[in-house]
Amino acid sequence: MTVMKTIAAKHPTRRKLLKIGGATALTMPFVSRAWAQTTEINMLAWYGHGEPDVVAEYEANNNVKFVPKYYAGGDNMLALIAQSPPGTYDIIVSDGEFVQQLNLAGYIEPLDAADYPLDDMLHEDFKNFPGHWADGELYSMMVRGGHLGVSYNKNSVTAEEAKSYSCFWNPELEGKVGHFDWHLPTLGMMSLYNGNDAALWDLDDAQWAAVQETTLGLRSQVGGFFDYGGTFNGLKNGEMQAMVGIGDWITGVLEKDGAPVASVIPDEGGIQFTESYSIGKGSEKADQVKHFIQYMLSPEGQVKSAQMVAYPGFCVTKGGRAALIEADLAEATRSHQINGDAQDPITLISEGRIHYRDIPRQQSLEDWNDFWSEYKNA
Amino acid sequence: MPSKPRKNIDLYALTWRLPIIIWQGIFFVGPVLFMLAMSFFLVVNYRMTEAFEFVNWTKMLSRGYFWDSYWYTIFIASVSTICAMCIAFPAAYALAFRASESTRRWAIFLLIIPFFTSYLVRTFSWFVILSKSGVLNGLLSNFGLGPYTMLNTNFGTLVGYMTLTLPLVVILQTFSMANIDKTLIEAARNLGCKSFAVIWQVIIPLAKTGLIIAAIFCFILSFGDFVAPFYLGGSQEPTLPILILDTTKSGQQWPRAAVVAIMMMGTLFVVAFGGIALAYRKRKGAK
Repeated sequence: MTVMKTIAAKHPTRRKLLKIGGATALTMPFVSRAWAQTTEINMLAWYGHGEPDVVAEYEANNNVKFVPKYYAGGDNMLALIAQSPPGTYDIIVSDGEFVQQLNLAGYIEPLDAADYPLDDMLHEDFKNFPGHWADGELYSMMVRGGHLGVSYNKNSVTAEEAKSYSCFWNPELEGKVGHFDWHLPTLGMMSLYNGNDAALWDLDDAQWAAVQETTLGLRSQVGGFFDYGGTFNGLKNGEMQAMVGIGDWITGVLEKDGAPVASVIPDEGGIQFTESYSIGKGSEKADQVKHFIQYMLSPEGQVKSAQMVAYPGFCVTKGGRAALIEADLAEATRSHQINGDAQDPITLISEGRIHYRDIPRQQSLEDWNDFWSEYKNA
Repeated sequence: MPSKPRKNIDLYALTWRLPIIIWQGIFFVGPVLFMLAMSFFLVVNYRMTEAFEFVNWTKMLSRGYFWDSYWYTIFIASVSTICAMCIAFPAAYALAFRASESTRRWAIFLLIIPFFTSYLVRTFSWFVILSKSGVLNGLLSNFGLGPYTMLNTNFGTLVGYMTLTLPLVVILQTFSMANIDKTLIEAARNLGCKSFAVIWQVIIPLAKTGLIIAAIFCFILSFGDFVAPFYLGGSQEPTLPILILDTTKSGQQWPRAAVVAIMMMGTLFVVAFGGIALAYRKRKGAK
């Protein structure tokens, strides 16, 4: 009998084959349906937002797959959307100052404010962030932010010196001051150094001329103009001892790696970059995107965002901050996200030392860019 | 009166020539014409709009920074060409006249090997060597020298250009000298020509065409290179390729970038055709 069974197992009968085939055929719809449920969400974002350290867990739990398209700079983002058919991008991660332009161009869908934890935001400004609302409608949700100030190597610049942008002019730093190669943050900082304070983006002709003069005065100190990789390398190998135009979003990565670098907000004030999530116009997956934005604003999502491998950013919700302190006290301490810390991002905003990054009010971006090219050639 | 013989179209030859003509037409002439047209387009709301306006040309050509970058790029590419030609010459001379056939073959093979790896990777590897705390400064410190700033300087840019061009220049120079009739060199020596005079009056004139072609290649590659001046030169004085990037980055001004690109191409055409004319110019009295 055993022999017969073995033979039968090796040589299945026609009935057995039909049975297996039928069962397979009947289960196929369920198998394919299970596969079909994985929804692809097209994301347009800065590098890092669609990487596994941020989205893998969400993808696994919600059967979605993010397909990120990364850009570098708001102009680049607007161009990518302008050149794509409506509905190409389901979720758009943009700098706060570009939300208004996204909205004016009709690239994003309005959001229902009731869907998001506005009451849990760490600062009043975050609820009514400039440009995020238009005609009483919400268009984008701020998810994270970061501050730009003086970034320096602790071996050659003291914390005391770093309290002012004037440290960039230290004779010992000649040829060792690097620029992040983007005019907006650097010229914003020079404007703050000139005492323009909250009006740093709203410069009349005389103020604009003064900012240009101040910036040109720094040229002899400059050792190079760098992209993200170059900035990173310059600080890491010690070629650059101080950097203009960046903040913890770069030094934080190096600091976690043990490099003797830091970023502080000087007495003249600092600039905040803000990253906000919007639903792309015509997206067929608006519900899934809404759910994802809710996740990113939840304590769990905020911790993921704060710990982003590509570059750190601070939490914007109270729940997020509490969760970060509980989950990763070391990172919360390093990034000053502790109540009572003098460099706490929220305290700095409340003290009026932080100004949200914007575009020039009285000049065009082209004017600023032209000057930047002249400056690089000076 | 005898009629002029009609030229028959050689279909066989045409069949073999046609693919390259079509290829060049589609992938070179076509894009160049499109780029030329694009330089007259406008950018409206970050989107290129077809137009025929001279605003991009007047805007770019009237800016001081454009001409600063233009002359700097010509200068640094010329320095790169002179350096590469001078550094490569002794090596090529040795390979052409002193090395055995098998040594030369191995040397050519070794000179080709760098092209197997990405130029960007080769450029980044210089960070380890040239930085303040790098290998070179480490070696120099043994002699009480340095540390010297080499990264983010013209020197850094030139090192990058040499990484890109030197192997090719050595190969081209070697081939051009290896083809010289050795009996002419021996004859010059027998007639009392000193070593330097042999190089200057015999070898260089005979290898002129190959040497000029090597120089043209070096200039073209350096002139258009973005990687070395950006990563090793720290963008200190932006070259034209960096200016193209800056122009597209801010406001997505592709039409203005096209103006820069056309100016670059025009310059390279002048240099290349001027060089080729020089290379094939017959000496006075030569038939």
